[in-house]
Amino acid sequence: MAAESALSTTAAGGGDRNAERTFAIGFAIMLGFFVLSPLAIYPIFLMKVMCFALFACAYNLLLGYVGLVSFGHAAFLGAAGYVAAHSAKVWGFPPELAILAGTASSAVLGAVFGWLAIRRQGIYFAMITLALAQMLYFFCLQAKFTGGEDGIQAVPRGHLFGLIDLAQTMNLYWVVLAIFAFGFLVIYRTIHSPFGQVLKAIRENEPRAVSLGYQVERYKLLAFVLSAALSGLAGSTKAILFQLATLTDVYWAMSGEVILMTLLGGLGTVFGPVVGAFIIIGAQNYLAKYGSWVTIIQGFIFVVCVLAFRRGVVGELGRYLRRSL
Amino acid sequence: MTVFGVPTQALFGQLLLGLINGSFYAMLSLGLAVIFGLLNVINFAHGAFYMVGAFVAWFLLQHLGISYWWSLILSPAIVGLLGIVIERTMLRHLYKLDHLYGLLLTFGLALIIEGLFRNEFGSSGQPYRIPDQLLGAQNLGFMFLPNYRGWVVAASLTVCLATWFMIEHTKLGAYLRAATENPSLVQAFGINVPRMITLTYGFGVALAAFAGVLAAPIYQVNPNMGSNLIIVVFAVVVIGGMGSIMGSIVTGFLLGVVEGLTKVFYPEASNTVIFVIMIVVLLLKPAGLFGKAQ
Repeated sequence: MAAESALSTTAAGGGDRNAERTFAIGFAIMLGFFVLSPLAIYPIFLMKVMCFALFACAYNLLLGYVGLVSFGHAAFLGAAGYVAAHSAKVWGFPPELAILAGTASSAVLGAVFGWLAIRRQGIYFAMITLALAQMLYFFCLQAKFTGGEDGIQAVPRGHLFGLIDLAQTMNLYWVVLAIFAFGFLVIYRTIHSPFGQVLKAIRENEPRAVSLGYQVERYKLLAFVLSAALSGLAGSTKAILFQLATLTDVYWAMSGEVILMTLLGGLGTVFGPVVGAFIIIGAQNYLAKYGSWVTIIQGFIFVVCVLAFRRGVVGELGRYLRRSL
Repeated sequence: MTVFGVPTQALFGQLLLGLINGSFYAMLSLGLAVIFGLLNVINFAHGAFYMVGAFVAWFLLQHLGISYWWSLILSPAIVGLLGIVIERTMLRHLYKLDHLYGLLLTFGLALIIEGLFRNEFGSSGQPYRIPDQLLGAQNLGFMFLPNYRGWVVAASLTVCLATWFMIEHTKLGAYLRAATENPSLVQAFGINVPRMITLTYGFGVALAAFAGVLAAPIYQVNPNMGSNLIIVVFAVVVIGGMGSIMGSIVTGFLLGVVEGLTKVFYPEASNTVIFVIMIVVLLLKPAGLFGKAQ
């Protein structure tokens, strides 16, 4: 990942204050877009984009900043969705608790998966996460509470803190936006903390980070758990939003999709995954009537991104503007 | 007659089924290991090539009337050529980059190939009949062995052992192993390493197609037949470790049998047993059963 790292070092040369200002401007533009766009764009679509954007940002924390290739992130999105849906529907949890329960269960799952997977590196890490996620898929297929092929349907959206009626689309919209912004800022803060610096050091040169005395495994595991928890936050919000938890969200194809969003938007860029999620979800919506062409086009985007567009949309934009976005 | 409360007929039946699954695991993980050894790429499209192999055989029979036996040679050759084209035009540009990109490229290719076939043939399977010479079954006394199933195990074992022999005991294999260790040194001795890489990829992919042809009469020929299989094969590869050729063969067959036995004694877990074994191996011997410690 030499290309990406070259990018981040040139930007760091410009000084921290400059980078912070760039981030503030970028964040303001993004927030402004999501505040104003429901006037012109279908809000349900925008909420879906935000859920996937948060998912992709959480994934990017791992792939873009620690260099860990997880091929099983669907597990965290889907499991959280099931837990949130089940607790809201069967146990009658209010939405905030259901989302919290989903997030927590993904964090626990992330701790287990991470603990197992960081025993191996590189390509093996990817295969192990994929296999573990597939195992969870079969579990969800067979378990009673997930409803098998039907999933959990008709999940009540409920009232947030007992006050705000989330059945109203725009009420739900502001809640989803708040959750997305919160998750996004958590990730930004993590990346720019001393902890985040160590993560980047591991990405650049793991043996050297070890020789400097960092307990690399502990850092990797913590990053993995954080990424899983935030993916879970996205997944449980999505379950409340669509009132549905299904097998699609735990299937391996979903793990591929989140990689595609991150790659297309720009690996290791703060805003890239959001842009990637927007493009991919938009394309899915637009192409839905063409059936399996969606998969073919996604595969094609993968191939093009890998061969000729490795910086992604935001990465290229950042290079053009000479800013780290 | 029963063993642990299970009729022997059922036990041996599942054991045979496990052995057949194991044949496919072995051939596919062997191909993955050979490719990974030289290219440092995990070929995510391996399952897709397996599926294409089966479809080519189906197409040859259905539209050109070419028999199973010719398909057994033709289909791997065609798919191998496809692999060579892909290596030449795409994979080649990624060797200097992070391993990640090879994985992502082949994942994208798998999506394209499977999507195209799903578009053309839908998700339902195409039947492929067992060649006449292999119809019928043998009575082994304790069970009936369908001829075709016996043939699959024998053919797979032969191909796997031939590959092992070629890599471990021939001059070509020695070059290959040397190039895996140190490609630039081997190139300095005047061996065309880039061509060797291309042919290795073609060979690995052809192996997947061969497995696909063998699978065609057993499972239905269907666009999704490779994608779920490949994930199990990844787990097999993690369990065995890709360091040893014989290791991938043994692990493949062994896990197939274990999976078959699970179907007899605890069918609910038969989908997940290989993943559970993977977890146990990761805990006890993180480098894999046959892997070298890093």
